[in-house]
Amino acid sequence: MYEFEIERPSSVADAVKALGQEDAQPLSGGQTLIPTLKARLAMPSVLVSLTGIKELQGVEMRDGALWIGGGTTHATVMHDAAESYPALAKLAARIGDPAVRNRGTIGGSLANNDPSACYPAAALASGATIETDRREIAADDYFQGMFTTALEEGEIVTGVRFPIPQAAHYEKFIQPASRFPLVAAYVAQFSDGVRVAITGASNEGVFRWTEAEAALSERFDADALDGLTLDGGNMIGDLHGSGAYRAHLCGVMTRRAVQAIA
Amino acid sequence: MTQVKMTVNGIPASGEVEGRTLLVHFLRDDLELTGTHVGCDTSQCGACVVHVNGNAVKACTMFAIEADGAEVDTIEGQAAPDGKLNTIQQAFQDHHGLQCGFCTPGMVMSAAALLKDNPKPSEAEVRHYLDGNICRCTGYHNIVKAIMAASGQEVSALAAE
Ligand SMILES: Cc1cc2nc3c(=O)[nH]c(=O)nc-3n(C[C@H](O)[C@H](O)[C@H](O)COP(=O)(O)OP(=O)(O)OC[C@H]3O[C@@H](n4cnc5c(N)ncnc54)[C@H](O)[C@@H]3O)c2cc1C
Ligand code: FES
Ligand code: FES
Repeated sequence: MYEFEIERPSSVADAVKALGQEDAQPLSGGQTLIPTLKARLAMPSVLVSLTGIKELQGVEMRDGALWIGGGTTHATVMHDAAESYPALAKLAARIGDPAVRNRGTIGGSLANNDPSACYPAAALASGATIETDRREIAADDYFQGMFTTALEEGEIVTGVRFPIPQAAHYEKFIQPASRFPLVAAYVAQFSDGVRVAITGASNEGVFRWTEAEAALSERFDADALDGLTLDGGNMIGDLHGSGAYRAHLCGVMTRRAVQAIA
Repeated sequence: MTQVKMTVNGIPASGEVEGRTLLVHFLRDDLELTGTHVGCDTSQCGACVVHVNGNAVKACTMFAIEADGAEVDTIEGQAAPDGKLNTIQQAFQDHHGLQCGFCTPGMVMSAAALLKDNPKPSEAEVRHYLDGNICRCTGYHNIVKAIMAASGQEVSALAAE
């Protein structure tokens, strides 16, 4: 790692101020950032640690939606969302491994927007709202491609509001070496329709599979997906699987998610 | 350099660290607690698992500064001061839960974290919990057996492969 300083502010306001310094970057659980620093793929001069900021912590119901603070670990979501939003708690329970879950946070995951990350699928399928130190961003506008989001320089994800669907399920096909999904589908059923988000597949990062949404909103049954396919041409192809294979998995994972709910 | 203070295995410890100093390096190089191993240094293998405020974490994927003020427990604090192994360690010995022993500190610390939350885990729960602990020798079977035995469960029925 190159050298850098670490600052540990105790409020969002102080963190935002600290992030105004040249080449400053937020540090949350470090489960993505530390490996990146070790590989010398990032060269911040200051890391602004968010882990000591109380207002970024918590899982609670606010106005009928589930609010999760940006600095909340996967392990806390797994325990504290178990009753209010079980599908989300189960997703958190299968991120990485116990030690990763004890440090990694939802804000870090959403800020990073890894094309294979789990939370982006939950946020997009649930129609969540991302709260930052300066504004609110609808999930539909927030994810802008692989490792790209609507966040500006120095903007901090302070929380996420999840509308709670009538039923939901996240189906993850685990890539056992990385423990990330190879492909995963999040299906959320609301009174006014179904939303389906796919992660791990597209070169554009997480996306909504709108044809599947239309078919499932019409009739919530795995058979409603018959004949629907995605184009493997724009899907991630690597040593673990071709684009065509991932496109196929999108269908299989979505179908299983629907079966788990129905 | 920044001064950090923490309680390691119940004993106050302090030192000067850089921003980039990892907790595992502070433990090994400054405190000379070399039981915590670095297997991969890429957050994959779990040889470096320690407890920070009671939670299992990968000490290679946390900065020492982030553990300032924390209670840290490492493999060195597991046996009694007279060297008597704790239940989990003894079970690893009794059930041949190690061969070269490189992964063992992390396995024991992960097992301790599991049993604290879930005192009687099923075999499947043990295997799932060890997702982040890689062993290149044992094939895991005897590790799972040792953890089941340490939780006071009957293990003779687990196939002895
Ligand atoms: C072995 C292993 C397995 C994993 N498996 C999975 C998996 O199955 N599924 C999955 O989804 N993820 C997985 N991850 C990634 C893990 O979930 C990370 O915790 C997460 O992606 C990043 O969160 P973090 O809090 O660790 O962020 P950090 O690593 O601290 O930061 C990541 C990035 O986000 C920025 N950032 C952090 N917090 C904020 C914030 N609040 N506002 C703005 N920017 C911020 C940082 O500057 C950095 O660029 C795995 C990681 C490891 C090491
Ligand atoms: S050395 Fe920390 S996970 Fe391998
Ligand atoms: S005993 Fe050798 S790596 Fe596990």
